[in-house]
Amino acid sequence: MKLVIINYGSGNLHSVHKAFEAVNNNLENPYEIIVTNTPSEILNADKLVLPGVGAFQDCKNAIHKIDGLFESLEQLVIGEKKAFMGICVGMQLLAEKSLEFGECEGFGWIPGEVIKIEAPADYKIPHMGWNEVTFRNHELLNNISQNTDFYFVHSYYFRTQKNENCIATTKYPNSITAAVLKENIFGTQFHPEKSHNNGKQIITNFLEWEPS
Amino acid sequence: MLKKRIIPCLDVDRGRVVKGVNFVDLIDAGDPVEQAKIYNSEGADELCFLDITASSDDRETLFEVVKKTAENCFIPLTVGGGVRTIDDISRLLHHGADKVSINTAAVENIDLVAKAAKKYGSSTIVIAVDAKKNGDNSWNIFTHGGRKPTDIDALEYCIEVANLGAGEILLTSMDRDGTKKGFDNELLSTVSSSIDIPVIASGGVGNLEHFVEGVLKGGASALLAASIFHFGEYSIKDVKTYLAEQNIAVRI
Repeated sequence: MKLVIINYGSGNLHSVHKAFEAVNNNLENPYEIIVTNTPSEILNADKLVLPGVGAFQDCKNAIHKIDGLFESLEQLVIGEKKAFMGICVGMQLLAEKSLEFGECEGFGWIPGEVIKIEAPADYKIPHMGWNEVTFRNHELLNNISQNTDFYFVHSYYFRTQKNENCIATTKYPNSITAAVLKENIFGTQFHPEKSHNNGKQIITNFLEWEPS
Repeated sequence: MLKKRIIPCLDVDRGRVVKGVNFVDLIDAGDPVEQAKIYNSEGADELCFLDITASSDDRETLFEVVKKTAENCFIPLTVGGGVRTIDDISRLLHHGADKVSINTAAVENIDLVAKAAKKYGSSTIVIAVDAKKNGDNSWNIFTHGGRKPTDIDALEYCIEVANLGAGEILLTSMDRDGTKKGFDNELLSTVSSSIDIPVIASGGVGNLEHFVEGVLKGGASALLAASIFHFGEYSIKDVKTYLAEQNIAVRI
């Protein structure tokens, strides 16, 4: 089984790669982990991970700059329904559009938009640090307790159009989407690769996940 | 609720920890990776490396340290010291740093802040500010590891770098650094109440109460400390337990 981590120059690629490797080494049947941006290699993947930090538009442009990259992702995720995980901006990109630095179209795989966090004046933006996550029961959140802390760094968040696509939230002080899910497509606003043991558990759950 | 972060900082010289904890079980107390692993398991919310290597020829060792730490510690890692160019930032991130802290280079070339934030995202760019009091409610910044004075007002500078896209301010009081008299909470609250981005308190922490004051009086989002942890006076857990008892939200 092959797990591909998409390399399009994202700043957290190394951290994501190392965290997946550490978890994968403990699996009974480990994946072959490949870091690549080559469409032909991506098309052989059984699972996909899309990291992302920085501005929405920059990440999107970086993906579209690589010939055939987006098309191969779409074929695998939408066409062949392979398990996909987006992290931080890699998750926000699933939206129809983002309002960061003007309007910018996303992948449109999950209905909704990426908007600025609205918080009272005494709340710092970016929302940076460890915050509690509450969630709907799902195998992707196995062995995680309600109100567990995960590490967040963001100023915008994914407001899903449908409640059913938002499976986890955090409070700052208003409710913010912490994770999204639609069929085979999973995404976290927080950084599992930086969330210590609970983050590793999320990665384990994703590696063991078989979306129906 | 968002937790207040406790960040141990390690001074690293040519790949070795300068002031390290005398942990009993440590095989090599001078190895930053070993020290980082302990802080990681003790519940540190982030880690910070300050590279104080004087010669640029010896700086390569830092990248190896960063790489190994990132392979072992799955919490955010900030690396600072001698960061001067976009290329320096890029190399640190590539080796596994999550955030890069810039001090002198940002003062000398303020455009670097905007460029770095645009290229890597605000959340990646920490601006380190060394400030010294020069009058009532007024502080000037120093560069070159606190050796070179400037006539730049600390508050104005923090506001400017925040507007340019810095993600966080690491604010060190030079008056308090090494004194164990507590953070300069006047400096912290002056800056913190004037900018939207988080402020990390640094310099002067000597006991558990100082951490509480940094949050309640200084308005800090995170608290950085070096020697109080290194000399084993308090563990990360001691600090967090005490903060929790004072009803300050921390990750236990």
